[in-house]
Amino acid sequence: MKKSNLFDKFRHSRLFWPLMALTILLIFDAFYAPSFFKIGVLNGHLYGNLIDVLNDGAPLAIVAIGMTLVIATGGVDLSVGAVIAISAAMGAVLINPALGNQLITNDILTADRTNTPLGLIVLADIAAGTLCGLWNGLLVSRVRIQPMVATLILMVAGRGIAQLITNGQIMTIYYTPYFWFGNGFILGLPVSIYIVALVFVIAWLLVRKTSIGLFIESVGINSRSTHYSGISEKNVKLFAYTFCGFCGSIAGLILSSYVHSCDANNIGLAYELDAILSVVIGGTLMAGGRFSMASSILGAMIIWTFTLTMYTIGIPANTLLAAKAVLVMVVILLYSDQVRGLINRLGTKKGGSNVESN
Amino acid sequence: MMETPYILSAKGITKTFPGVQALENVDFSLKRGEVHALMGENGAGKSTLIKCLTGVEQPDKGTIEFDGAAVVVHSPQHAQEIGIATVYQEVNLCTNISVAENVMLGHEPKGVLGNISWKKMNEQAAQSLSKLGVAIDVTKPLGIYSVAIQQMVAITRALEFQSAKVLILDEPTSSLDAHETKQLFDVMRKLKSEGIGIVFITHFLDQVYEVTDRITVLRNGRYVGTFETSSLPRVKLIANMLGRSVSDLDDLSRSKQKVTKVEAGQAVLETKEMGKANYLEPTDLCLQKNEVVGLAGLLGSGRTELANLIFGIETPDTGELLINGKKVTSFSPLDSLKNGIALCPEDRKAAGIVGDLTIRENIILALQARYGWFKFIPLQKQYEIADRYIKLLGIVTPSPDQLTKNLSGGNQQKVILARWLATDPQVLILDEPTRGIDVGAKTEIQKLVLDLAGQGKSCIFISSELEEVLRCSHRVMVLRDHKLVAEFGEEVDDQTIMHTMAGDL
Repeated sequence: MKKSNLFDKFRHSRLFWPLMALTILLIFDAFYAPSFFKIGVLNGHLYGNLIDVLNDGAPLAIVAIGMTLVIATGGVDLSVGAVIAISAAMGAVLINPALGNQLITNDILTADRTNTPLGLIVLADIAAGTLCGLWNGLLVSRVRIQPMVATLILMVAGRGIAQLITNGQIMTIYYTPYFWFGNGFILGLPVSIYIVALVFVIAWLLVRKTSIGLFIESVGINSRSTHYSGISEKNVKLFAYTFCGFCGSIAGLILSSYVHSCDANNIGLAYELDAILSVVIGGTLMAGGRFSMASSILGAMIIWTFTLTMYTIGIPANTLLAAKAVLVMVVILLYSDQVRGLINRLGTKKGGSNVESN
Repeated sequence: MMETPYILSAKGITKTFPGVQALENVDFSLKRGEVHALMGENGAGKSTLIKCLTGVEQPDKGTIEFDGAAVVVHSPQHAQEIGIATVYQEVNLCTNISVAENVMLGHEPKGVLGNISWKKMNEQAAQSLSKLGVAIDVTKPLGIYSVAIQQMVAITRALEFQSAKVLILDEPTSSLDAHETKQLFDVMRKLKSEGIGIVFITHFLDQVYEVTDRITVLRNGRYVGTFETSSLPRVKLIANMLGRSVSDLDDLSRSKQKVTKVEAGQAVLETKEMGKANYLEPTDLCLQKNEVVGLAGLLGSGRTELANLIFGIETPDTGELLINGKKVTSFSPLDSLKNGIALCPEDRKAAGIVGDLTIRENIILALQARYGWFKFIPLQKQYEIADRYIKLLGIVTPSPDQLTKNLSGGNQQKVILARWLATDPQVLILDEPTRGIDVGAKTEIQKLVLDLAGQGKSCIFISSELEEVLRCSHRVMVLRDHKLVAEFGEEVDDQTIMHTMAGDL
């Protein structure tokens, strides 16, 4: 009896459906792409598709954490892709010793050294992204612009700003210490996984060990009642957007480090949409309210597992988007109350004696 | 065919929802040409019965006879076709198109070319409305008229094109003022004289006694009985609805005497010429320790506005607000919270509860707001606080982890009260705390207000029900047209207040 209670509790938890979706995907892989599960050791580092999912999906997972908070307040942040570009541009420019209009010669660029300490580069990355988030937050909470419109401004302007920073060039980064964030390993696992864990722990402590999480949910459910209860819903929103900007900057750091460059036009492209999708797959409602950051991370993992699965079984890259749409539809169907009711009914029939006895 | 005196009769109606027995063997019969009140607390089964009669729900058991013949009402459309019309609390018409269009929608008179004849349409609509004694410009959009007029339009539409023999009015008066209610009652009497049977659902006892012929009482989904209104004393009606004896109800009137006398001294809260342009005229109000001040006035008279200014929802632009003699300089709910002022707002759903949060979270919300972001109340403490207030206020729920939106109106109101009591306020402003909640919970909330005053707190009590204001308050202040117009002591009677509210004294 106790066992089934535990199962019931799990079944009604927010993690259940995303985990189900991930399991289905992995079962599919087991049949059609068994190589997906191969994990090898190369130079003391683990490698394989599963590790790739974690490594490649890390920036998205981090952005999804921030996006979860924004969506939970009833808003949305369309600018994270641009924020990624801005923070990556910031990093690339600070590494490059030749700033401004100076002619950039090849030997300066490939010198593998920089005049800026690494700590300062990382800090500037994060500061730039967080500032972008703060800007979004001010527009939404103080100027009272609708979230979609407010963040659209930075979504459009952000890549322009990033190009201003990089002087309109695609900047290649030649500075080995910087590559560690996107390519390094700790104890055989990619560094990016540890960064996801770190950001998640920070977010979790900040949100669940203080009253901020409760306030965010309350604002998302009924912002007027929340205001009447003496909670500053403005500051709650400001926090959510700022934190989302912070997450975007970390993603920018990892991405630019991973590809050794910053292309202001393409880095982090469409990340905002994938992040929203991760949150939705994670089961947080677009309308706001109850949220789960862990589920959103799972959502990001589902997207990347799917992407790599498609590559593995040989779907051409240019039709990937169509395949992704199918995934979205299946997941959304899983979330529809009607379909769930159907599944539950089938489950009860098979389970037989699943009748309430109080 | 033998004509029975009954136009509609339902026998042995039973309806079960998952986990809830909503109706159990309920009988209901409506005569031609009578106004029949359907009474019961929240959750008694009134709405479910109406839904069964109008085809929204299908009863599990039982028969319905309409006009002498057994019928099965398949759907709301079917109900309208056979002549059962329903007008709900929220009028479901289009406010952006003209009154005439609303009345005639789907039955527009055609001109020679098959086009809509606007002239004819307006004439016919005006004529239909005038049958109910409503003379308005039918070419104006419906939205500019009061809710009462909108309800008349809905009734007109129901009678004119659905040739209704039964009219069901589901809480039509809850948003009407006294004058509008009277207008509606005139229409009801007129329809009654034409032989139409009217089912009237309301929370206002006065209205039941003013307009109805018979009363059917439901309790917990069961049929209690049908009574002639004229031979059923009010206390008996309430006792029937609550399932309690009459003597229990007398307690409340006595409890007022238990309250300690108000001592004149340092005012807890004082407004001096406080007002805001186009919102509230400068107002003086003084609240002592242990005192309950009632605010009476019609909807929109300025009572809610005064509450909002004191609580900091709006910022006053003239005058000052003093708390314990100290001038308040910044206005926001958070500042008020810190100053020991609490407000249970008028609109419970929109500004009160946070529906998708649990009862526990709703109760600690304001307290947590005062503690701020980083002084998080430990979970165990949260449960302690929630359990304490659930017990203290008698909130009916299986667990503090229940979502607040699943509670009945009365219990939701208690959750909001609990939220504020948890912050230990010195001044509690209650704006319509008993609106739309059942008689039992109403009495409990009134008792609570008196108890709080006895414990050294002060209250501002706002209500549309005069009887309740009088019962709870030491002083009554009357507002009219955004202005404080009079102040009365404890000995005032409801007639005087009513006339002051209306402005004819």
